[in-house]
Amino acid sequence: MTNIIDLTLDELANKIKSKEISSTEVTSAYVDRSKSSKKLNTYVEETFEQALKNANKFDNKPNFEKKLPGIPLAVKDLFCTHNVRTTASSKILENFIPTYESTVTQNLWDAGAILLGKLNCDEFAMGSSNETSYFGNVISPIDNNLVPGGSSGGSASALAAKLTPATIGTDTGGSIRQPASFTGTVGLKPTYGSCSRYGIVAFASSLDQAGPMTRNVKDCALLLEVMSSFDQKDSTSIDFKRPNYSLKLNKNIKGKKIGIPKEYRVDGMPSEIEKLWEKGKEFLKECGAEIVDISLPHTNYALPTYYIVAPAEASSNLARYDGVKYGFRAEGENLIDMYEKTRSQGFGDEVKRRIMIGTYVLSSGYYDAYYLKAQKVRMLIKNDFDEAFKKVDAILTPSTPSSAFKIGDKKDDPVSMYLNDIFTVPVNLAGLPGISIPAGLDKNNYPLGLQIIGKPFDEQGILDIAYSMEEKINFKLKTNDWWIK
Amino acid sequence: MTIDLKTVKHISKLSRISIEDEKAKKLEKDLNSIFKWIEQLNQLNTDNVEPLTSIAETTLRLRKDQIISKNIREDILKNSPKDNKDYFVVPKVVE
Repeated sequence: MTNIIDLTLDELANKIKSKEISSTEVTSAYVDRSKSSKKLNTYVEETFEQALKNANKFDNKPNFEKKLPGIPLAVKDLFCTHNVRTTASSKILENFIPTYESTVTQNLWDAGAILLGKLNCDEFAMGSSNETSYFGNVISPIDNNLVPGGSSGGSASALAAKLTPATIGTDTGGSIRQPASFTGTVGLKPTYGSCSRYGIVAFASSLDQAGPMTRNVKDCALLLEVMSSFDQKDSTSIDFKRPNYSLKLNKNIKGKKIGIPKEYRVDGMPSEIEKLWEKGKEFLKECGAEIVDISLPHTNYALPTYYIVAPAEASSNLARYDGVKYGFRAEGENLIDMYEKTRSQGFGDEVKRRIMIGTYVLSSGYYDAYYLKAQKVRMLIKNDFDEAFKKVDAILTPSTPSSAFKIGDKKDDPVSMYLNDIFTVPVNLAGLPGISIPAGLDKNNYPLGLQIIGKPFDEQGILDIAYSMEEKINFKLKTNDWWIK
Repeated sequence: MTIDLKTVKHISKLSRISIEDEKAKKLEKDLNSIFKWIEQLNQLNTDNVEPLTSIAETTLRLRKDQIISKNIREDILKNSPKDNKDYFVVPKVVE
């Protein structure tokens, strides 16, 4: 029999349903492997014992109608979990125990899944390398000293190292797709309004979306259909008919028009990324799709726009951390002094930097020049996509402008770190769905990803394209378990 | 436009984040490089463009005005940074 940890989410579900394996066997396998993989620093909170108890409970009274029957899953520590510590990888929430459950994680448990633990991420999801976490860097299983990407770095690392069969992340500017690309895994950011934001620690509310991170496209479709739901508790949740993505998954993409935006050919992009993109086009043609050159003229302005909009929303969202009702408190001489010391000691440098950028662009006298300007440019960026989608069904781009980098390489230069998200940020600004799939290796054997961007609510369309490309690409993730003693 | 040390300290005050002088200098440098990069947006003429405030163009829904919360006062107070069974405790604000 194949090793349990090598099975995909879909295979696990089928084998548990056919009683070939039990939830306890699966959960034990993942608990054991997670315990011997501490070197990667993926977990912030382990709930292994409770997971084994829940697996036993499932096996005693199994319900095989569920989509994720008794399947253990570790999730990003940005999702509030009832009675399980939720930190957003920040000192300020180090001891926070939520009294409620996020809608997305509740959907997982309702589908039969079992919580394995909470995964490390950049502090408040602010970062592209998982180096801003209060709990330390996450190491990529691809190579020692390599970043897994961010902010869902712990999720990507745990997934690629097979410490969880699948996982969920959040994506505000690329935080699912960039780490998926860096670790040779599949990551999807749904259309804004698809997955409920209720119970997710807020970063930038007009951009935040939760999404699946998986080993292949089929698993991605399965996990998305479990996560995605209309939710009264999120005022921007959208009520639309959500298909059974995994059942409808279809490799036939004959006649689909795929756009190639010329503006994504950026200066200084390594030739191997260019080649990968070309290869992607060839695969699409072989699948019967038609390649169409398109233009997204405001692409270059997406990142500066993002770095006004996202910090502005963050400065407002993070105003709640004042040391009064929950979280860390530093003592002060008076109330204001207590606030200032609490926030100074409780937040890390990147979070403070972004709060201050946001406060500045929203402050009196600068609002029009920065915030309003950025909102207008955001409209131009969205209009670019609207125009493009009159001509094409989806858009193909690289996921990132480079492969994964070493820990510490970009830490001291915020702008060069921000440039990592150049291909993913426009998708968030326009609220579109995007998926990153592994598509090749660079000269160091580090994974590279391709991104497929779809029309609003056309998750099925991009999943189908990814599914047909996946077969042609035939990417195999190889890690030699070097981190296991 | 450049951000000087005085502005950094003003922003820090508005953000309710105290910063030491050394950190303020580092922030001055970081913020200037970030804003220099951000200012490329000024190349664009946006005079006749509407600002995009929300992607989800939904009208806010109304819900029934009913209590749905369970009685979890104690659980909530457990997260309070200063121990107290009945209230949140803050430094004295009224003399």
